[in-house]
Amino acid sequence: MIAELGHFALILALFVAIVQGIVPLIGAARRDAAWMAVARPAAVMQLLLIGLSFGCLTHAYVTSDFSLLTVASNSHSAKPMLYKISGVWGNHEGSMVLWVLILALFGSAVALFGRNLPDGLRARTLGIQALISVGFLLFIILTSNPFTRMVPAPIDGRGLNPLLQDPGLAFHPPALYLGYVGFSIVYSFAIAGLIEGRVDAAWARWVRPWTLAAWTFLTAGIGLGSWWAYYELGWGGWWYWDPVENASFMPWLAGTALLHSAIVVEKRDTLKGWTVFLAIVAFSMSLLGTFLVRSGVLTSVHAFAVDPSRGVFILVLLLLAVGGSFALFAWRGPSLTPGGLFQPVSREGALLLNNLLLTTAAAVVLLGTLYPLFLDAMDAGKVSVGPPFFNAVFVPIMVPLIVVLAVGPFLPWKRADLAGALSRLKFVFVLSLLAALGTWYVMADGPVFAVIGIGLAVWLGVGAIVEMAARIRLFRAPPMESLRRLGRVPRSAWGMTAAHFGLAVLVAGVVGSSAWKVEKIQVMQARDVVSVAGYDFRFDGAREVQGPNYIATRGVFTVLRDGKPYVILRPEKRIYPVQQRPTTEAAIRSTFLGDLYAVIGDAEGAPGHFVTRIYFNPLVPWIWAGILFMIVGGLASLSDRRHRVGAPSRRRAAVTAAAAAKA
Amino acid sequence: MRPKGKRLTFVLIGMGLLAIAAGLMLTAFQENIVFFYSPTEVHAKQLEPGQRVRLGGLVEEGSVERTDGGKTVHFKVTDMAESIPVVYSGLLPDLFREGQGVVAEGYLRVGGTFQADEVLAKHDENYMPPEVADALKKSGQWQHMEDAMKKSGQIPADAGQ
Repeated sequence: MIAELGHFALILALFVAIVQGIVPLIGAARRDAAWMAVARPAAVMQLLLIGLSFGCLTHAYVTSDFSLLTVASNSHSAKPMLYKISGVWGNHEGSMVLWVLILALFGSAVALFGRNLPDGLRARTLGIQALISVGFLLFIILTSNPFTRMVPAPIDGRGLNPLLQDPGLAFHPPALYLGYVGFSIVYSFAIAGLIEGRVDAAWARWVRPWTLAAWTFLTAGIGLGSWWAYYELGWGGWWYWDPVENASFMPWLAGTALLHSAIVVEKRDTLKGWTVFLAIVAFSMSLLGTFLVRSGVLTSVHAFAVDPSRGVFILVLLLLAVGGSFALFAWRGPSLTPGGLFQPVSREGALLLNNLLLTTAAAVVLLGTLYPLFLDAMDAGKVSVGPPFFNAVFVPIMVPLIVVLAVGPFLPWKRADLAGALSRLKFVFVLSLLAALGTWYVMADGPVFAVIGIGLAVWLGVGAIVEMAARIRLFRAPPMESLRRLGRVPRSAWGMTAAHFGLAVLVAGVVGSSAWKVEKIQVMQARDVVSVAGYDFRFDGAREVQGPNYIATRGVFTVLRDGKPYVILRPEKRIYPVQQRPTTEAAIRSTFLGDLYAVIGDAEGAPGHFVTRIYFNPLVPWIWAGILFMIVGGLASLSDRRHRVGAPSRRRAAVTAAAAAKA
Repeated sequence: MRPKGKRLTFVLIGMGLLAIAAGLMLTAFQENIVFFYSPTEVHAKQLEPGQRVRLGGLVEEGSVERTDGGKTVHFKVTDMAESIPVVYSGLLPDLFREGQGVVAEGYLRVGGTFQADEVLAKHDENYMPPEVADALKKSGQWQHMEDAMKKSGQIPADAGQ
């Protein structure tokens, strides 16, 4: 009964979305206030209905209602509660419901918080958002209904893929979707702006917080996914350039570019066409990612569905959304009034260069991801494009980006003195040179790229701090004066510093973990000792342990440093009897300089002998710390009074933009 | 600089970047792309020794053997028509089992043994990478395999509805 209610709510939501996708758009075209006013209640209604449907589905999972096909195929009564709930989106049907739920969430957020948006823009934005919603609701109802009953109901379910039974992964999809789908609202704003033919500083003020929110969530989602891969897959790696990872990384790159170009539109009322283009690209990349992941063209833990009709449906949606919006852009884009001029060497110029590099990087990742699919479709052979390709192409694009990134914030708007900005970075340059030389000295056997990489990380990280110091005139003004200025630094500036600093920490982590990783594989029995990176790992044997829905072989390693016990690591190899599948649970101890990482493998030869893998993964904690800094930066910026969702009115924004243009 | 000139600067920078990226990609594509072959294709293709490829198929039943105290694994990859002996040193993935799909990346040694430096039995739900499924379909062994897998419960009987 509850399942039928959920199904019914979903169908009702479709009809509400159809109304919301038609009436306000016509109303906006005819300037009919009553028709436009339909948008807001409809958006809230849609959220309530989809929320109800999602709640019903969650209820089915929590109560283990195996008469539902999706519950029976993806859940099990012996599963811990957390994974019963995360199982709702741990499968194709449920994850699509989560997708539209978040779509509706963003739509109703605009309806509720966008009070001072002009009626026309709001009606059009919500109308476009509803059209996307119609497409995906149709997709769910026609091809992936989560409420399909199964007669007779099985006694118990088939269980969730054990790899997905993990706290990190329980929250990875919601965070990722909040990012992915968050770009939908930016896309809707862009399309609405194009229809109105009006993209200005005020438009950018409304768009920026949404971009920022989506970007922050996407960063968190990618970070969680990467963290999970690191400790759950037991390979000691955190990024594989796997197509599904790329599918989330491409919108991130485009979204990062958008985040920066929207600043230019807001402050300087220029680069409008480009920003609208990026908004369309960012969401198109999200849709493409959804297509790649959901259509089953890729093999991975994400490819739940192998039903070709689903792939075709999403492909059609993708073509409509991308093709339609680009056609509209080609038609209306030229009519956007060109904005203020600027010299190539200026803040605008630096941000534009950042944009060009980021979009080039996104294009490269896109081509590398799609190339094997093209070859396969043309029957020209099966290939894999892996890390060597992406490292060879992606890294050379990132190096100039990082070099420019430290300089950019020192450049004033409109026209800048490059020599002046560089002279303020002299100290930073010397410091990064010293860091590179120091790295070379300490890690003489390591690869050369690591020396350059650490130098770049220091350049960026210290550069970000120096920029903040310059802002408060540290050491140039009396200390009290600096302190007073510190208190007045806007949160968005803190956000920028934190995010840029976070990127620097991330770069250091990436460089360190790929350059100096130590890996040892061996067969061990109790009392055997292996030395890795100055630590002695003593194997103290293994024993069987019973978990809630698995049986594990738990190994015990005593890690000794200078002969004294430092930490005890307990890696596990688990077997989930329901699925007959093993998983690896690495045991990790993080230190400032890197992770001690132990994995236990199969029993081998004589009893008590196990294959073991011991890693020292240098600077990996820095990767997570860097991502955290970036998330904090995004949140700090989002909490800025001036960015508060829907806060500015067009008139006030226009006044500030005019003032900025004069200044 | 006049407005047009300024815009041109950025257009030129953008095109230059794209050109550099394209150049990088073309060289990287040439050097870093790894082709996927089934055992039948490896036999037919006469691979150069040392050329990196991915070999995919099923781990032949009863072929897994460990030497060197368990660190080195020998097994055969088969598409039920041909099979290739594989040598691999390292920890095997969780899902590596006899009779199930596997992809090994490495090169063919002189003498016809495949030296793998990576073995993937990725986190695929059905223990069957699609490349392997395709290779089996090509060698005409798919139906046979599918039935066997359904019987043993590796893939649900209602899969591919």
